[in-house]
Amino acid sequence: MTTTSSNRIVINTTINGEPIEFLADMRDSLLEALRERIGLRGAKEGCNNGNCGACSVMLNGRLVNSCCVMAAEIEGAEVTTIEGVASAEGLHPVQQAFLEEAALQCGICTPGFIVATKALLDEHPHPTEEEARFWLAGNLCRCTGYDKIIRAVLSAADTMAK
Amino acid sequence: MQALKYARAASVDEAVKMLREGGPTARVLAGGTDVIVQARERRRQIELFVDIKHIDEVMSMRMEPRGLTIGAGVPLYKIYGDAQIARHYAALAESTRVIGGTAIQGRATIGGNLANASPAADSIPALFVLGAVATVAGPNGRREVPATQFCTGPGVNVLLTGEFIVSIFFPALPAHTGTAWERFIPRNEMDIAVTNAAAMLTMNGETVTEARIALGAVAPRTLYVEAAAAALAGKPLTDASIAAAAVAARDAATPIDDMRGSIKQRKHLSGVLVERTIRRAAERARA
Amino acid sequence: MVATPEKPTYKVIGTRPIRPDGVDKVTGRAEFGIDTRLDGMLYGAVLRSPHAHARIKRIDTSKAQALPGVKAVVTSADFPDVESGTLDLGEGSANPKWLVDNVLASDKVLYHGHAVAAVAATDPHVAEDALALIEVEYEPLPAVLDVREAMLDGAPILHDDLRTAERAEGMHADATKRTNVASHLQLKKGDLEVGFAAAEVVIEREYETSMFHQGYIEPQNASAFWNKDDELTVWTSTQGAFSVRDQISAVLRLPVSQIKVVPMEIGGGFGGKISIYLEPVAAVLSKKSGRPVKMWMSRDAVFQGTGPTSATYSRVRIGAKRDGTIVAAHAYLAFEAGAYPGSPVGAGAQCAFAPYDIANQVVDGYDVVVNGPKTSAYRAPGAPAAEYAVEATINELAEQLGIDPMELRLKNASREGSANAVGAPWPKIGAQEVMLAVKNHPHYLSELHGKDTGRGVALGFWFNGGMESSSTATINADGTVMLILGSTDIGGTRASLAMQLAETLGLTMDEIKPHVVDTDSVGYTGVTGGSRTTFAGGWVAYELGMEIRRQMVERAAQIWGVPVGQVAYGEDGVIVGPVEAGNERHMRFAELAGKLAATGGMISVSSTQRKNTAGPAFAGHIVDLHVDRETGKVSILRYTAVQDVGTAIHPSYVEGQIQGGVAQGIGMALNEEYVYDAEGRLRNASFLDYRMPVANDLPMIETVLVEVPNPGHPYGVRGVGEVPIVPPQAAIRNALKDAIGVNFYRTPVSPRVILDALLPAD
Repeated sequence: MTTTSSNRIVINTTINGEPIEFLADMRDSLLEALRERIGLRGAKEGCNNGNCGACSVMLNGRLVNSCCVMAAEIEGAEVTTIEGVASAEGLHPVQQAFLEEAALQCGICTPGFIVATKALLDEHPHPTEEEARFWLAGNLCRCTGYDKIIRAVLSAADTMAK
Repeated sequence: MQALKYARAASVDEAVKMLREGGPTARVLAGGTDVIVQARERRRQIELFVDIKHIDEVMSMRMEPRGLTIGAGVPLYKIYGDAQIARHYAALAESTRVIGGTAIQGRATIGGNLANASPAADSIPALFVLGAVATVAGPNGRREVPATQFCTGPGVNVLLTGEFIVSIFFPALPAHTGTAWERFIPRNEMDIAVTNAAAMLTMNGETVTEARIALGAVAPRTLYVEAAAAALAGKPLTDASIAAAAVAARDAATPIDDMRGSIKQRKHLSGVLVERTIRRAAERARA
Repeated sequence: MVATPEKPTYKVIGTRPIRPDGVDKVTGRAEFGIDTRLDGMLYGAVLRSPHAHARIKRIDTSKAQALPGVKAVVTSADFPDVESGTLDLGEGSANPKWLVDNVLASDKVLYHGHAVAAVAATDPHVAEDALALIEVEYEPLPAVLDVREAMLDGAPILHDDLRTAERAEGMHADATKRTNVASHLQLKKGDLEVGFAAAEVVIEREYETSMFHQGYIEPQNASAFWNKDDELTVWTSTQGAFSVRDQISAVLRLPVSQIKVVPMEIGGGFGGKISIYLEPVAAVLSKKSGRPVKMWMSRDAVFQGTGPTSATYSRVRIGAKRDGTIVAAHAYLAFEAGAYPGSPVGAGAQCAFAPYDIANQVVDGYDVVVNGPKTSAYRAPGAPAAEYAVEATINELAEQLGIDPMELRLKNASREGSANAVGAPWPKIGAQEVMLAVKNHPHYLSELHGKDTGRGVALGFWFNGGMESSSTATINADGTVMLILGSTDIGGTRASLAMQLAETLGLTMDEIKPHVVDTDSVGYTGVTGGSRTTFAGGWVAYELGMEIRRQMVERAAQIWGVPVGQVAYGEDGVIVGPVEAGNERHMRFAELAGKLAATGGMISVSSTQRKNTAGPAFAGHIVDLHVDRETGKVSILRYTAVQDVGTAIHPSYVEGQIQGGVAQGIGMALNEEYVYDAEGRLRNASFLDYRMPVANDLPMIETVLVEVPNPGHPYGVRGVGEVPIVPPQAAIRNALKDAIGVNFYRTPVSPRVILDALLPAD
């Protein structure tokens, strides 16, 4: 991390497995840095205060709201965003399940839900409906009533168990 | 976001130095889930964030015979996810498990929850009944501050310029002790407590030998309700003694009317939650 | 569950393919409005009023202008003067004068959060810093926030020039009286006095509903570039690109031919993304700075300045015979419009008694301005509040008469040919079918166990919209078909429209490639709203398909050298000619497509349709809930939503629409509301304190798709998205009565309200 003369800093970090160096404002949140400095716009700003989960990313292996992380904090860290969930071979089973279960309507909350769901299944491969709903309570969806999202989560868990 | 700078401290001493030089507008950055939002929404004047998460002591958690020490930067998920804590400090596990959503719990800390000094803070009633003590480092060395004396009003605490919480210590609880925590919120997650409560009971057979009761969101700071504890201590635990404790809790509550709850609702819930936490703590004490 | 007696056999319609835009949306690649990125773009930000009502005495932007990095500052003075008039928005209308005043306040601010000035700067942090340097001198004025208070003589007046528009027959308003009542309307059929005179039981109740926000997760946003030749391009999240174009044209007095609106992916709308907010501001900032400008709202600005739906006061009086025949009904509806006239009280009035065939009825509706944000359409605009009041009253009537609540409803059900609120006969509707499906559903027939549990039912109605849609279809040489759409896709309409074209052509869903394009690239298309897109866009897809079939037949006839009349287009997408020397002549669609270029050129067809045959939709909901008497907390135990959907094109997305509408309705019923302080400042402008349901607040939501095909559509489509938000408030309120014996007359029924009812008074 190098501080420049202004309020700018050079940040070295790893995003989706790739080492990256970028210039940020010291006031930038991780979400702002991803979207406006780096150009990864899959994480969305829904509320900017940790109450909607649209900006969910993984920071050092843990689910966080990127609006509640300062960009400068990711110096030397590892970040995974929605853009890093699918592999060259294809979609992640969680993504496939969201498609098949029609678990999205407008799609704005979808990146956050997929990152959060993957985090859930990585930690609890066989969640009950209740556990899935509790884990995802910080991710707001206004279109679906959550029904098909929860079905997709449980279906992805089944697929991944096979 | 207001104009602020970010600095990373590698040691407790360095953090103290940075905070002292930064003056009153320097602020510790641990989980950041409160302070980042406060800086963005200009609700607190913050010009410097001192990131303490690269200090080993701040990030460590240890269970010893004398008690449990949790670094001020340890995120909530590590606390409620620890089987020992869930067993021995149930009130702490229960409260940390529902602060914010999962993503908030990946970052938020009890050090931050305490320092933020919200009257509705979820972990503070648990800290009160567990007898938690904060270890504070500052320009004049270290001092210990009981959780019950830490907050001085809404959003304000005893920390002086240059000071910060390094860790929080939870003394080992006597045998046959149970604790419980509960809050009421309108939704099932993601709300600020309308009222929250915690209880600790030590039992000898059916007799309560020691009781502690705390209530949140019903006064400018979390209440340690001596009268409710007195209604239980030294007596067999009965419906009548529990009811007396609940009445004492209701009487002690001096809440305000705001968008999150009314006076009537909060006073009533004080009794309900105190009764519920007493009963659950008692079950655990007997187990 | 799909409950359909009989319907045509379809190949594509009724299946559940993966939506064409799905992969982009699950990988984070889809470009929403907030994701717009333009070379050299500036970031805009808006300064908002801290007062609910105040005169603007002075705005000084010089310090902001001088801040390094700031490239432009605008106030209302930078906008042209616009005349009063009426501009059709698709779902509602607007007066351009009020519209521009809402975009940036001129002489007065009329609500907390009203936009006052805006800046564009090289960095978002700089733009925000600049706002703090703008000086505004206000003269605070008394504010009025409640509809009934706003109607009183002596109430603070928002608009000096506002007079009541009297729309009731034979009534006249005082043309000299300053007022907040923008209009009064009256729907009348039969003779109310005669009706009530014949009634053996009369019941009258009063109700209130709070303001509710649409709560889409993507905040309003707009990016604009005003080129040196006065060509303006706007990228935005909108339900209607053409509507945005028309509104911008009206407020900036720029010809529509010089405006191109690019509809980006839209992160939810529910009616709230029809009106313009930031678009003209970004445009003027771009004009002044010479650079593209991107803007988006913070969440608190979204709550303060956009949406919501009207808070309402209503009074419902119903008269019935002892046998349950309803003979007279009157509803008085007063709807808050927010700062400028235009509440959906008219729609609410028409919906209020729609499920019922009542000979004598009157509905009075009042549109009233108050010092709150200008209301905008929200899912079945006006219907939830009006029907909540009626469905609650019907429940009490059923209790009083000792008749099963569904029995009472069935006895009075509207049916084909019976008269609606304006006296016109209903077309083929599924009201009775829905009521029967509710009454016979295992949920309704099951026994409800447990202390403090209750069950409630309620009905809902929404017209559904028709309006105008346009599309172009182009055949590729490989036999695939590009489907060019003007409708933005909020919840799967690329899929539902492509499926209807595939059905018409006998092709598979994969062979149709739908794309949503900008206003320069497709014919005029109304908003995605009013549950019209799958209906109207489906009509267009059908017409395109039929025209393609006709041209493909012609081409095949030409290739084969036979009369057109001897060639037929088969439902399996195979074009068949007359038998020649014992050989059948046929070509698959793709085979013929490959021959088009060499036989006269490729085929491309366009169609614009405007149909007024939208099929009305009825819904019936059943809810079981539990009340924790100690805390007032309500848990939804089971929820079943029955709905006449006409024909379910893509049943998964039909179910999804219903489940989403139910979830929003549950939010209205239990926890969502706006909280203002005494000065009219909004206190809960966040997702933390505006409590929309989270994942563990809800159970799975069972849907029952009753299919009564709309005779006014080639595939029987009725709109499905709006009506499911209508029944929940009353269904839950009625279930609460069953659970704890208390009738509530206001929504939301939050835990605080329940406790107040259960605890002894102070």
